[in-house]
Amino acid sequence: MQTKTMPQLNELYREIILEHYRKPCGREPLDKVDYHAEGTNPLCGDEVKIGLQIKNNKIEKVYTEGHGCSISIASGSILADILRGKTLEEAKKISEYLKCTMQWKNNNFCDDVGDLRALEGVKKFPVRIKCALLPWTTFEEALMGHDRIEIS
Amino acid sequence: MFDVEKIRKDFPILERKIWDDKPLVYLDNAATTQKPKAVIESLVNYYENYNANIHRGVHKLAEEATSVYELVRDKVKNLVSCKDNSEVIFTRNTTESINLLAHSLGESLNEGDEILLTEMEHHSNIIPWYLLRNRKKINIRFVPITDQYELDYEKLEKLVTKKTKIISVTHKSNVLGVINDIGRISTGTSGCRPLLIVDAAQSVPHMKINFADLGCDFLVFSSHKMCGPTGVGVLVGKKESLEKIPPFLGGGEMVRKVTFDNFTSNDVPWKFEAGTPNIADVIAFGTAIEYLEKIGLENIHKYEIELTKYALEKLSGFNFLKIYNSRGVGIITFSNPVVHPHDIATIVDQEGVAVRAGHHCAQPLMSRLGVLATTRASFYFYNTKKEIDIFIDALQKAFDYFEVGACKELKQERVDLVSVQKKDK
Ligand SMILES: Cc1ncc(COP(=O)(O)O)c(C=O)c1O
Repeated sequence: MQTKTMPQLNELYREIILEHYRKPCGREPLDKVDYHAEGTNPLCGDEVKIGLQIKNNKIEKVYTEGHGCSISIASGSILADILRGKTLEEAKKISEYLKCTMQWKNNNFCDDVGDLRALEGVKKFPVRIKCALLPWTTFEEALMGHDRIEIS
Repeated sequence: MFDVEKIRKDFPILERKIWDDKPLVYLDNAATTQKPKAVIESLVNYYENYNANIHRGVHKLAEEATSVYELVRDKVKNLVSCKDNSEVIFTRNTTESINLLAHSLGESLNEGDEILLTEMEHHSNIIPWYLLRNRKKINIRFVPITDQYELDYEKLEKLVTKKTKIISVTHKSNVLGVINDIGRISTGTSGCRPLLIVDAAQSVPHMKINFADLGCDFLVFSSHKMCGPTGVGVLVGKKESLEKIPPFLGGGEMVRKVTFDNFTSNDVPWKFEAGTPNIADVIAFGTAIEYLEKIGLENIHKYEIELTKYALEKLSGFNFLKIYNSRGVGIITFSNPVVHPHDIATIVDQEGVAVRAGHHCAQPLMSRLGVLATTRASFYFYNTKKEIDIFIDALQKAFDYFEVGACKELKQERVDLVSVQKKDK
């Protein structure tokens, strides 16, 4: 296993990814936060904060903020973009979709994943998978760490 | 000077290709270095011809293994010019050597005593002291660095008081590349007589070190950063200091006599080498030392100054980079707010160039520099100017990808290396 075919850089850095990196969504602070978590990747020092506001069982607003590479920032930005208007169940499915994709597993259980498809190429760069997943694992942490009771 | 092209032939890995056809440009030498064939063969030779446990057997193999193992102590003694081979202790790595010291020196510390570290320490010279602080009510202070990325010696001297029992400082920063003036620290603080520990993980592999001249009490470093195998570290200490402190780990080898209620420790150095040591790797480490001495550590140091100067000149073409190097040798760390170190590392990896991205196990230093992560290129004597050119071209590609050239220019904070070189002479 000395050499592997070189994955192409433009599979990693799709134009959509670079756009999200340059102008990330979800940077506006929320007036009320129902779920919140901070995630860090201790190996590289990447940081991300996720905040969710829920209304009528749906995610009304998403806040993300972070310091990190283009992949983790873009992934957080896409998260903010596509989770708006979703139920928590739908949102968890999307998160599951990304995890499966990174493990080269089939997943046909959700099709409304928007720009998230652009992250598919990351799976060919194993050391960068963590970057793509950081905002999503942080999102899952947020859901686990907070009780529904906190919602006013 | 030496013939780099000839030297490169000693390292089998330098012949391999990355991806399909890219020659390996290995610029992550501060993390670990590559191994010459002689070192690899020395490992095989031990396992094929005289593998045995040392010190205990009376048979021929045990005698051979023991004598070769013990001979490596002499090689280390000559390498760092300490007084006696009993002052050389083998551990697993620099990290374990520092943990040993924190544990064994820590025994005699009292509430309110102070330990002085610096802002440029590797985590392995911070955490062992934090662990000690959890056991003993001691205080830890950090000597600041200046805006020129050097140790602030004046502040250091002010921070040393009668309470300061230990100063533990890196000889050469694994991020800034700066070589600290240990002699200045030892003479400047001699009034208070704190023990001085020098983390030489980045210096012993790259320059000639003289333990006595440094004026420190303990010196620690790792085999794997100097062409040797992983799994071997060194602790060099003055014999009288080593004799005074209690052992670290307990077990076989480190005892002289054991009864149903107690034990007496073995003499130094064995007192600190509990259990079967890493015999094969220590032996191959001996081969690595021989190899380095054949090339000459002064030559290595000079050549690395030249490579560093060349690389800094080339990098200065990217005027949007912040370069954290003013007098550093062999290590160049930089950052830019537009393109993240991970992205740089991924893109240059496509060109076969191995650099480090991240905090380099120096998170406190990163926070002092005001960044979460940086990119680091670190050289060794087998690197060439041609490889630096490949690295620069690969960087250009990364900056193009992220359109970095278009961003606001950053003031580059470094003094001209030409003047540094003059000072070095
Ligand atoms: C300055 C410095 N100290 C300590 C260490 C730790 O060395 P090791 O991992 O071999 O214990 C390193 C290596 O990363 C280093 O660069």
